[in-house]
Amino acid sequence: MAELIKIFEYEVIANDFNIAGTASSAIKRNLKQLGISPVIVRRVSIISYEAEINIIIHSNGGNIYLEIYDDKLTLRAYDNGPGIKNLELAMTEGFSTASNAARELGFGAGMGLPNMKKNSDAFKISSTEEGTKIDIDINIE
Amino acid sequence: MKLKQIIESLQVEMMTESADLEAEITGVYIGDLLSLVMAKAKQGDLWITIQTHLNVIAVVDLLDLGAVLVAEGVDIEEETLAKANSLNIPILRSRLSAYDLAKKLSQLGL
Ligand SMILES: Nc1ncnc2c1ncn2[C@@H]1O[C@H](COP(=O)(O)OP(=O)(O)OP(=O)(O)O)[C@@H](O)[C@H]1O
Ligand SMILES: [Mg+2]
Repeated sequence: MAELIKIFEYEVIANDFNIAGTASSAIKRNLKQLGISPVIVRRVSIISYEAEINIIIHSNGGNIYLEIYDDKLTLRAYDNGPGIKNLELAMTEGFSTASNAARELGFGAGMGLPNMKKNSDAFKISSTEEGTKIDIDINIE
Repeated sequence: MKLKQIIESLQVEMMTESADLEAEITGVYIGDLLSLVMAKAKQGDLWITIQTHLNVIAVVDLLDLGAVLVAEGVDIEEETLAKANSLNIPILRSRLSAYDLAKKLSQLGL
């Protein structure tokens, strides 16, 4: 059984482009302090950044949780809707519904979810109108 | 290659104050779509882009990129420079296109 060592929680506010990346930077700092290896820190940084940006540009806001176990890290990105209608489409590289405003800032390549999955050891996503839930494991041993 | 060699050889403008000019630049990545940069750019890379919004800094910080080189002389937002200064992230700027900059960097051996 994996032993839970620590939990961090970060709030992510919808539409606030200016502080985008704040939660991910905090996650990176915390992992470095815990002595997690740079390769793992990089993977978690990519995952948390894409999760954070998606909550900001596509959702009504939500939270990111980082759970530290002795043998893995679990990152959960939970938001308050409006949900993803077609998950298969959303997971396809290049698919994006990002607004023009978001695209002008460099978002909207349709690569965020595929990037998250690629950097995960286990990736689960579910979505209803109430919200989208993403649960990701990254092994550290 | 040291950052200061790049600044001298390419005659780029240094837009931030607090950068370490002795920092090693180990590669180059060109791109304006942030999630592609997130996937592909490597630690120590010089990132050539025309994006200048604050979000650029989050990407550099998370990936430990070496520096940002803004191409085409694009205006850089004040908040972006302030944040870069606070994190000691170097931002450079040139009037040249990403292609012309890449040619010069390649000639330098990067
Ligand atoms: N939390 C979310 N809530 C609602 N819709 C979402 C959420 N996350 C992703 N989506 C939908 O899935 C699509 C694909 O997401 P993905 O992160 O792969 O690309 P993107 O955000 O559009 O662009 P990129 O991440 O490359 O900047 C989005 O365009 C959006 O339609
Ligand atoms: Mg995205």
